[in-house]
Amino acid sequence: MKPRSRLALHVPAPSSRPGDKPDFSGLDIPEAGEIRRPPCDTAEAEMRDLPYALIRVLDDEGAPQGDWAPRLSPDVLRGGLRAMLLTRAFDERLFRIQRQGKTSFYMKSTGEEAIAVAASMALGAKDMCFPTYRFVGWLMARSHPLLPLVNQIFSNEKDPLKGRQLPILYSAREYGFYSLSGNVGSRFGHAVGWAMASAYKGDDKIAMGVIGEGTTAEGDFHEALTFASVYRAPVILAITNNQWAISSFSGIAGAEATTFAAKALAYGIPGLRVDGNDFLAVWAAIRWAAERARLNLGATLIEFFTYRAEGHSTSDDPAKYRPSEEAGAWPLGDPVERLKQHLIAQNEWDEARHEALIAELTEEVRAAVKEGERAGVLGQSKPSVKEMFENVFEEPDWRLIEQRREMGS
Amino acid sequence: MNAAKNNEATELTYRDACREALRDAMSRDERVFLMGEDVGHYGGCYGVSKGLLEEFGPERIRDTPLSENGFTGLGVGAALNGMRPIVEIMTVNFSLLALDQIVNNAALLRHMSGGQFGVPLVIRMATGAGRQLAAQHSHSFEGLYAHIPGLKVLTPATLEDARGMLWTALEDPDPVIIFEHVMLYNMMGTLSADAGALPIDKAAVRREGKDVSLITYGGSLPKALAAAEELSKNGVEAEVVDLRTLRPLDDETILASVRKTRRAVIVDEGWRTGSLSAEISARIMENALWDLDAPVARVCSAEIPIPYSHHLEEAALPQTPDIVAAARGVTG
Ligand SMILES: Cc1ncc(C[n+]2csc(CCOP(=O)(O)OP(=O)(O)O)c2C)c(N)n1
Repeated sequence: MKPRSRLALHVPAPSSRPGDKPDFSGLDIPEAGEIRRPPCDTAEAEMRDLPYALIRVLDDEGAPQGDWAPRLSPDVLRGGLRAMLLTRAFDERLFRIQRQGKTSFYMKSTGEEAIAVAASMALGAKDMCFPTYRFVGWLMARSHPLLPLVNQIFSNEKDPLKGRQLPILYSAREYGFYSLSGNVGSRFGHAVGWAMASAYKGDDKIAMGVIGEGTTAEGDFHEALTFASVYRAPVILAITNNQWAISSFSGIAGAEATTFAAKALAYGIPGLRVDGNDFLAVWAAIRWAAERARLNLGATLIEFFTYRAEGHSTSDDPAKYRPSEEAGAWPLGDPVERLKQHLIAQNEWDEARHEALIAELTEEVRAAVKEGERAGVLGQSKPSVKEMFENVFEEPDWRLIEQRREMGS
Repeated sequence: MNAAKNNEATELTYRDACREALRDAMSRDERVFLMGEDVGHYGGCYGVSKGLLEEFGPERIRDTPLSENGFTGLGVGAALNGMRPIVEIMTVNFSLLALDQIVNNAALLRHMSGGQFGVPLVIRMATGAGRQLAAQHSHSFEGLYAHIPGLKVLTPATLEDARGMLWTALEDPDPVIIFEHVMLYNMMGTLSADAGALPIDKAAVRREGKDVSLITYGGSLPKALAAAEELSKNGVEAEVVDLRTLRPLDDETILASVRKTRRAVIVDEGWRTGSLSAEISARIMENALWDLDAPVARVCSAEIPIPYSHHLEEAALPQTPDIVAAARGVTG
């Protein structure tokens, strides 16, 4: 027997820190089209390679490859591109609005737009999404008007949430978009409960829960998987692995040891690992999992592999903990550029149309922001104080009525 | 910043004072380490641990996975194995995820193991509203924790206390929760270079007065002091009692003040119903009813989820004019 060594504590550290050259050499990235696509009714036990693979459709030239390539019409693809560009234009403008002091807080989804947009388009109008705060693309893809979002961001008197919730933590029930939580992860299980209710009622609607890779460390994640597995809930459980949870890299959430998709193995549900910057791959994976759910075959866990190209929020300065060139060095590119390249390669798009679309969307966002500003930016026009006592219950109890009276309103 | 070597007072913020306390504890005792979300390179979500990673390394300033119940439980384990962990939870709302570890474990292990397993664990967290962070980051659950036997609950409201209560908490053999109110972090003040450990079982009279006792803690202390100044302009001399520790409550100091002034206003950022303010009020009734010249008054937060919008948040929280009005109400 070898002499025993002293025990030592392992603390994961990322491959590079500020000042270092970004280093993604540790990533194993297969060619587009390389990964097999089993029929969606395949038994989980026969797909245990997939959580360690990386499903990619678009190759470096923007050509679709392999079995996962979905057949989507150019109109659908252009719709996806539009929603992604709108998301980006919105994020850019509203981020600047925060810097101008017109709102207190903002979070962008830059680099991750394909996931929310493709999921929104690939699922049905009555399906329900339990999103994260980087999922505004879902709303953009469903043509949610911009103005109510802006009014919430300004917390003005037209704010649909009446000044109660942070900017960007939207609620849009009519759009299949559940109320966003400030506590991360706590609504992941709601997706499973909702899906189980759908099954119990004999309905045809499915649910999608979304969680960040950092948040998979919360009990909510594991509990949701347990229930999804036990009851074969018709739910898609999606992890957006954008490599960073505020300042902690994915290794702190467990990525040194295994993939996030592989967490599915222990629960006996299929796990897919998908290039999240590849619109077509995201679409294909969501459709595969949705079909499986609609066949009563239960849940699928999908890890969307992506990169958080910007800071966590307006309160964050990522230069403190990661190299600033890291986003540019991300080997899976930018989702907008990749879909654009694909459309151009198919002769369905060109630079001029692209520029014109960006100009049009920038104007659309500008107009919505202007209109929101007319109603008032943060602190200028105010939701009524009286209303803050409403909606605590459907009918206020005596205590609420008393408080409202005491406040003289 | 490094503590000055001489006895001169240095100017700093409450946040700096919290950091000085951490630095001092880490330097003094190898067993002490800090763990929580983003405490390392980020320096903690309120910047309290900024710079400590460079000084003490990633094993002692430890970034954790996002798992409040998880790392609080780990803290319990480490405390049982001879360490002196400081667990940082970003904000009190997130500590609710860790209630099982705090309430069902840390608080009762000693008792239920027949005294075999004590848990010398310190949990620090931000609390309170005022920064426009909406309900899930703005509540005040100190009273809820003060309800739990087996826990000690501290609410440092001055720089001296932020600097001085941590070490005493770490020396305590049982779990201690320290609440740092978010509106105090930027408060400026001075700290003498020999500032050190302070008791964690005594309230403090921050301002002497004879006409009414304003009993408060944490983020409401500056508001109560401002109210006392305001009242003084009209000849009402308020005494301000800073509870400092919510469990165990220092009844002696509270009652002595009330017996002197014969009137009490309790200022508590928690909700009124079933609150800490209710507990204090009950104790005054039980022990000093015949010394009172007026019913006890309370100033608490509106009983709604604390809203995001600044003016709604202001309207929902106890404010200086509300305290002044309540004090006028009992002083007639
Ligand atoms: C229960 C809880 N703990 C901590 C936080 C603070 N927090 C907000 S976002 C975040 C990081 C989440 O990272 P990840 O899940 O990877 O999602 P991402 O932001 O990268 O999309 C943290 C720690 C929170 N909001 N809720």
